Amino acid sequence: MKLYCLSGHPTLPCNVLKFKSTTIMLDCGLDTTSVLNFLPLPLVHSPRLSKLPGWISKDGSINLEKELKECAGRVFVDSQPEFCLPERELLDLSTIDVILISNYHCMMALPYITEHTGFTGTVYATEPTLQIGRLLMEELVNFMERVPKAQSATCWKNKEIQRMLPGPLKDAVDVWTWKRCYSMQEVNSALSKVQLVGYSQKVELFGAVQVSPLSSGYSLGSSNWIIQSHHEKVSYVSGSSLLTTHPQPMDQSSLKNSDVLILTGLTQMPTANPDGMLGEFCSNLAMTIRAGGNVLVPCYSSGVIYDLLECLYQFIESANLGTTPFYFISPVANSSLEFSQIFAEWLCHNKQTKVYLPEPPFPHAELIQTNKLKHYPSIHGDFSSEFRQPCVVFTGHPSLRFGDVVHFMELWGKSSLNTVIFTEPDFSYLDALAPYQPLAMKCVYCPIDTRLNFHQVSKLLKEVQPLHVVCPEQYTQPPLTQSHRSDLMLELQPPPMPYRRCSVLNLPFRRRYERVYILPELANSLVPSEVKPGVSVATVSAVLQSKDNKHTLQSVPKAPPVAPSKKRKRVMEEPPVTMAPKPLLSGAVPLEAFLATLQKHGITEVKVEETADGHILHLQAEDTLIQLEEDGTHIVCDNNEPLRATLRDLVLRFLQKL
Amino acid sequence: MPEIKVTPLGAGQDVGRSCILVSIGGKNIMLDCGMHMGYNDDRRFPDFSYITQNGRLTDFLDCVIISHFHLDHCGALPYMSEMVGYDGPIYMTHPTKAICPILLEDFRKITVDKKGETNFFTSQMIKDCMKKVIPLNLHQTVQGDYNMTPDRHLGAAWIDKCRPDILISESTYATTIRDSKRCRERDFLKKVHETIERGGKVLIPVFALGRAQELCILLETFWERMNLKAPIYFSTGLTEKANHYYKLFITWTNQKIRKTFVQRNMFEFKHIKAFDRSYADNPGPMVVFATPGMLHAGQSLQIFKKWAGNDKNMVIMPGYCVQGTIGHKILNGQRKLEMEGRSTLDVKLQVEYMSFSAHADAKGIMQLIRMAEPRNMLLVHGEAAKMEFLKGKIEQEFNCYMPANGETTAVTTNPSVPVDISLNLLKREMVLGGPLPDPKKPRTMHGTLIMKENLVSSEQALKELGLNEHQLRFTCRVQLQDPHSDSDTLHRIYTHLKSVLKDYTIQHLPDGTVMVESIVIKVSSSAEDANAKVLLLSWSYQDEDLGSYLSSLLKKGLPT
Repeated sequence: MKLYCLSGHPTLPCNVLKFKSTTIMLDCGLDTTSVLNFLPLPLVHSPRLSKLPGWISKDGSINLEKELKECAGRVFVDSQPEFCLPERELLDLSTIDVILISNYHCMMALPYITEHTGFTGTVYATEPTLQIGRLLMEELVNFMERVPKAQSATCWKNKEIQRMLPGPLKDAVDVWTWKRCYSMQEVNSALSKVQLVGYSQKVELFGAVQVSPLSSGYSLGSSNWIIQSHHEKVSYVSGSSLLTTHPQPMDQSSLKNSDVLILTGLTQMPTANPDGMLGEFCSNLAMTIRAGGNVLVPCYSSGVIYDLLECLYQFIESANLGTTPFYFISPVANSSLEFSQIFAEWLCHNKQTKVYLPEPPFPHAELIQTNKLKHYPSIHGDFSSEFRQPCVVFTGHPSLRFGDVVHFMELWGKSSLNTVIFTEPDFSYLDALAPYQPLAMKCVYCPIDTRLNFHQVSKLLKEVQPLHVVCPEQYTQPPLTQSHRSDLMLELQPPPMPYRRCSVLNLPFRRRYERVYILPELANSLVPSEVKPGVSVATVSAVLQSKDNKHTLQSVPKAPPVAPSKKRKRVMEEPPVTMAPKPLLSGAVPLEAFLATLQKHGITEVKVEETADGHILHLQAEDTLIQLEEDGTHIVCDNNEPLRATLRDLVLRFLQKL
Repeated sequence: MPEIKVTPLGAGQDVGRSCILVSIGGKNIMLDCGMHMGYNDDRRFPDFSYITQNGRLTDFLDCVIISHFHLDHCGALPYMSEMVGYDGPIYMTHPTKAICPILLEDFRKITVDKKGETNFFTSQMIKDCMKKVIPLNLHQTVQGDYNMTPDRHLGAAWIDKCRPDILISESTYATTIRDSKRCRERDFLKKVHETIERGGKVLIPVFALGRAQELCILLETFWERMNLKAPIYFSTGLTEKANHYYKLFITWTNQKIRKTFVQRNMFEFKHIKAFDRSYADNPGPMVVFATPGMLHAGQSLQIFKKWAGNDKNMVIMPGYCVQGTIGHKILNGQRKLEMEGRSTLDVKLQVEYMSFSAHADAKGIMQLIRMAEPRNMLLVHGEAAKMEFLKGKIEQEFNCYMPANGETTAVTTNPSVPVDISLNLLKREMVLGGPLPDPKKPRTMHGTLIMKENLVSSEQALKELGLNEHQLRFTCRVQLQDPHSDSDTLHRIYTHLKSVLKDYTIQHLPDGTVMVESIVIKVSSSAEDANAKVLLLSWSYQDEDLGSYLSSLLKKGLPT
């Protein structure tokens, strides 16, 4: 069993598991942090951005004025933003049988994997994962296609030139594999390969293994996966949460007794408490509004935003924000809000019971009804006429490189009354803000990451006790910035097996048994005998049928009766064809009892001779020797078949057949 | 041999009060717990006294599974759990759990508050009963000693080729083969339109949830397209609530509705308005959807009484009506109805029957059966005579039963025994067996089954059980006249065996022996006669057949 690691990003994993002749891809996360190296894509012409100076090396030898722009001491690529894809050279992607998706954040690279690679398999995901994943992809494509950029910068990627660039561009890896965003057509084609599954549903793959999603508690429809055969079990844990937010709680007990547990998607903010961050978010928001400023919340269109809105729903009245308009701007804002209300069976118990009343499970329905929350597909159209300040705007993309958020950064950045509050943990807020410097706007960083922290995960592992743990290498040492915090790493016995991008791990696994089915007819014919108290054995002679990785044992078909013809004589002379193997023998032949038996069969003249290991019996009349020893019997005789057969059967009487 | 026992407590050769007991693997499971609309006495509920005469059912039942929220499938649930007594798990899907208590409460109101019956379950009992319900997702597997997979209700029925031991199916429309859905819809719209045109009123008795919504969507779009002005009413206070449910559970509806729900909510109607009792006397044409669906009580019956006398009016029955209901009577052509208080009602209005009910028809049932390929088929929820007809059809291909209420059908099953096989043994066998199985030459594999454990190779079994192996060897002397040197004789034996035994490995070893598989053959000549050779054949018991064969073969001498 092998694990191929195609992504080095611990929360956006992409691993391939080869297990019992199946090739299973676990998630295909898209590392979007690469876009931080690019200049923002403004929705309306931005004089500031267009006036940024081009970059020329200090000695003037390299002139990339057209491709690279300098802003506040940092260099950005002026081109359509590009993403860092999972590794595509480590193994042939067309051999992948299935892709298991754990949550909608971890499927964003799907079109790159399923399209143009020869992939012919099936993708498995839950319904919310598919629907919300589709929305996020649609949004991404929309953000990119809305502001087409003719220029595609490639010169800076030249190895010689990249070496000369200032950091962090200089240190970016595999820049040649970076790719532009996919098209909607590719998204549709990729998603048409998705087969929906429900929690605890068991899906058979080629009869060889069974996969099953479990609730992971992180987001709507998010799942961990169990990949198992009758005797081996691999758990794939990705993006799980033990906090009570909106999704169904995590199913922990089903992870028990795993041979291998692949652990990815722990919190990216191990030192930030989500509840504390939520409080900070609310107080900063209220403070800014009271001072007459606007609040910008760069966020994804699904996920934590539901919790933020629910928190605000309770907070608005008490903080006297009843008249402040809240805007949610995204091409998929409406769909995201609507979809969140119809997945009752994927929600936590509290929300689930609401639909039986019937009431919408999320309170943002009421915010919309009372006109406190308004949603728009973009800043163009209705929004521009209905927009009132001061206000709170939720919009994407959290990288601040594309989407409507770019417009608000340009619009509000110059005033210190306004505040931008970062809640998504995926991007470093300083890097995100870099192309907007100098900035007068206040910046508040309260990342909310509900995924497991190190404390929770070690408790979980203690409980479910996997034999081996595989995890990204980042989890086996403390974060670089906090190297003294040994509590911010995984300490396990045996130590976890670390992986990095392009690792190929041999998982420590010895398969010893396989399931086989004994057909009723054969089962009825078995004769068990007790060899030890409580342990019975039965010899099985059967025909093995293996079909679709399912094995059955059936009775040996009886030889057809010999046709009464001239051929009969020849048949006798044929060598034995059906070589039914004889059973193994066990036990010993006791001398006295054997002699008595011989006597009964008319063999009386027996001379017994003692040897080092046993006895030699000389059957004088028959001129035959029988050597009796503890672990063997040897019969030496003339070519007298009837006699030999008799002796054979007499010896066999004393032995056990296996 | 394990057995599956199936006993209908209701809906055996009858329609209504679906309730089936299944005993499988030592567990007793109740499938559905419905009520009969046509009766007001004991026959209304399934006969639970079959399970036990006195006391609670909890000790005898392991779980209850409800298929869907129609009252003939879940109507007796509060009666069973609260009045007879059952505390075990009740499984149903999320939408069923949401809608079931509303229909139960609705029905309770009609029965108790309007008809004044006592000895019926109360609102509190419905609530207590619903607390025992565990909602499930489709395909979710329930941990325990049995598995079950609920299937989608509003999406088209689908069934895997699971080859079950027994398939239990309803057969309400056992003899009908309905024309295509589109034809039925067109026919329905045409009839409604004609009646409206001539100024008549159309009554459509429906149950609050289910097909009613589908018919509303149908009429709404038709009114829009034809620009009709006649009012359409929906007579129950549930409408808004019901539509709300539909919206929240939209993932359980069919693809088309799901896809468009963000843009347009199919359940918000422009032309369909809430009904008030006084509207029934308004002049002019109108269409009214009224509950309940079989005209046995409530508002639909009241409106029917008002409109029955006018031949311009029409009642369209969109579903099946059980015996004893007015719906059933008028569908059978009865034109004079006896009402309470000895009055009679002349039925002059037109009566139309349109099967929009969700029940499968004969064709659908046969399709499902062929898809699943069951070993046995059991029919319930249908009229005996019609069932008989379908049974005849099914029996041409499958075993088929149709037990009456309280009658037990037992089906023996013959399951394979799963054991664990040592991977070494399996791989060895699969390599020897070759890539493709040869049906003409089955290979026999040999192993030892350790009970409570695994199937392993015999060697491994000996090792695991700590037993010593006993070698049984034979050495046979064969006298042979062969005027050659010893080594030539040996070579002649080698070529002879080579020509006879084609499928065996035969080796001529440099140490002066010939080996056939693991059988050793040596040659020596006696001191007196150099031509009288003595062959020594030595083999172990495991090669008994071949050894025995060789000794008799060589005894016959070598070919010259």
